[in-house]
Amino acid sequence: MAGPTVQAEARAGPTPKPPEASPNPPGNPLRNSSKGHSMLRHAGKRLLAAIPLLLVVPLLVFLLIDLAPGDPAVVLAGEDPTPDRIAAIRGELGLSDPVVERYLRWVGAVLHGDLGQSLMSDQSVTDMIVRRMGTTMSLVLFAMVMAVVLGTLMAILASLRPGGVVDRLVNWLASVAIAIPAFWFGLVLASLFAVTFQVFPAFGFVPLSEGLWPWMSHLVLPGIALGLLPAAEVTLQLRSALGQELKSDYILNAQAKGLSRSAVLFKHALKNACVPVVTVLGFRVAEVLAGSVTIEIIYNMPGLGSLAVDSVLSRDIPVLLGFVLFSTSVVVVVNLLVDISYGYFNPKVRA
Amino acid sequence: MTERQQETEAPPLLETRDLTVEFPNPAGGWTPVVQQVSFTVGQGESVALVGESGSGKTVTSLAVMGLTGVMGGRVAGGSVHFDGRELTALPEREWRGLRGPGMGMIFQQPIRSLNPAFTVGDQIAESVRRHLGFNRKAARARAIEMLDLVQIPRAAERVDDYPHAFSGGMCQRVMIAMVMACNPRLLIADEPTTALDVTVQERILQLLRELQEQTGVSLLFVSHDLAVVAELCQKVIVMYAGEVAEQGTAADIFLRPRHPYTSGLLAAIPKPGLRSDRRLESIPGSIPAPGSWPAGCRFHDRCPHREPGRCDSRHPDLTPAGPANEARCLRTSEIELQGVTVA
Repeated sequence: MAGPTVQAEARAGPTPKPPEASPNPPGNPLRNSSKGHSMLRHAGKRLLAAIPLLLVVPLLVFLLIDLAPGDPAVVLAGEDPTPDRIAAIRGELGLSDPVVERYLRWVGAVLHGDLGQSLMSDQSVTDMIVRRMGTTMSLVLFAMVMAVVLGTLMAILASLRPGGVVDRLVNWLASVAIAIPAFWFGLVLASLFAVTFQVFPAFGFVPLSEGLWPWMSHLVLPGIALGLLPAAEVTLQLRSALGQELKSDYILNAQAKGLSRSAVLFKHALKNACVPVVTVLGFRVAEVLAGSVTIEIIYNMPGLGSLAVDSVLSRDIPVLLGFVLFSTSVVVVVNLLVDISYGYFNPKVRA
Repeated sequence: MTERQQETEAPPLLETRDLTVEFPNPAGGWTPVVQQVSFTVGQGESVALVGESGSGKTVTSLAVMGLTGVMGGRVAGGSVHFDGRELTALPEREWRGLRGPGMGMIFQQPIRSLNPAFTVGDQIAESVRRHLGFNRKAARARAIEMLDLVQIPRAAERVDDYPHAFSGGMCQRVMIAMVMACNPRLLIADEPTTALDVTVQERILQLLRELQEQTGVSLLFVSHDLAVVAELCQKVIVMYAGEVAEQGTAADIFLRPRHPYTSGLLAAIPKPGLRSDRRLESIPGSIPAPGSWPAGCRFHDRCPHREPGRCDSRHPDLTPAGPANEARCLRTSEIELQGVTVA
């Protein structure tokens, strides 16, 4: 029977790989250096491809704000402003310049790492975003983790007996969950578990630095409200993908090898079924980020969502642009991660 | 049957008796797909299961593996006896312990039978770890050893490759390595070379032959290709419309077939030196689908030797014919059938 000697012999065999190969231990998917480099190159290409997106989205915001009624100068001028006063403020802030000129000036500043200052409070936009980022990212993270954990669990439960009671129940629940608006669900959760039963705080946010439970307890209700839709979508997507995979030849082979039910399902079917699911997750992050705006307002959380709404209402263009740039970057990074994950779930992509 | 059984004293490794497998039909009932199939595979023996597509060969082999349930079907009757145990009533948990070290199966589509998301080494090591209790390191060594055994070059490197990096023939070698890694008693090969190039086919058959010599594994070889079977097997079971049409020793089946269907299959083998102005022989018509099998002999409407009023009314039993064969034909003693002519 094979002993360690066979392996030692095998390892010592001729390797045509370049000497600097194997930055990772053997068995690692990235074991081969050329594969590792091609992954990096691939990731780099994706990032470059995202640059136009990062340029176009703010341009659209510039144009929309320009078309929309309302003027930050009017807001800033206070009660009963004279036209002269408004014109003076406009000139001061450079608001009377053409849209394209303002846009290019903004891009130039961003390239120097400067997002500008709020028109309303003279604070640096970067500071404002950094201060509120934690709330929103905590909320989005909670919702996405819930979507992945709950969705995977539900899909697997449903797959155990296709067409069975659990399968149909899960399918029905997910369909209902998709139809429920997040803001309504958020209100219901708040009135039930914060007002009637007082299990969780009704509003506000506490950063993680003040303790795990205070942080978590403030996230539970808004997080569930926000995570319900993506959880339902992960459930349906993964259930259908698992159904496809479980019919494939390699699953029959896995069973012919005498593997346990759990090995067949969790190891063999699940990894392949994940490809369409991570795609969906990538899209959902953008949606959850957008949904966090309403949820933050319902739960009175000092996050980016409320900042964005305030900046729109007061026409605080630099803050709004900062928010847009931040959200776009998050979406770009998430899509990049999704792209990289394909290499793990489907090794063919790596080749 | 008893006196005609293998001369070997040892009981056969595998014996099916009156095996009947059914699948659900759209009407809500169950349609038999395989009916009362009985055959044996001796220790170290090579047995071929032949017939056209749809004759029930694959379903029979899946029933032997206990995998009919996975495909939505059920074993409705009969028995499967393997290595001294009755399998039809075996709990699923015990079945799983048997698949791998007891019996293994390779399939028609080797590329699709390997999981694209795991390295071939991982997929070989997996069954070794489960069934033989090897640790990670030993299982990996075993995987390399097996890849080497099935003659995959540079096995120690290729063990970490994914299935997409292998050709069809190489994938089938990996499949064979995977199945043989647990030292099974019985290897079921379901059309293992059908999806492969002719040149590759020959090498896979050669490999199976060598492995059988080395390990003494019994082989149940499912194929529609009689030419391939002739090279590999000592015993042949010809299936038609879910039942055994004829069975016997390979030599007898090929030289003196006792069933018109066998004779028709033999005539359909392309022969060297065939004149280009002559068409290839074929059996007229096509195999009836399960549920629409005709009354009487199931082959009668395609049979050149049918006798109206007799063949279409009485369903023949499998009866002794010739020195070692059994055939399911009413007229087997009345007709002269053409076998393979040896040049």
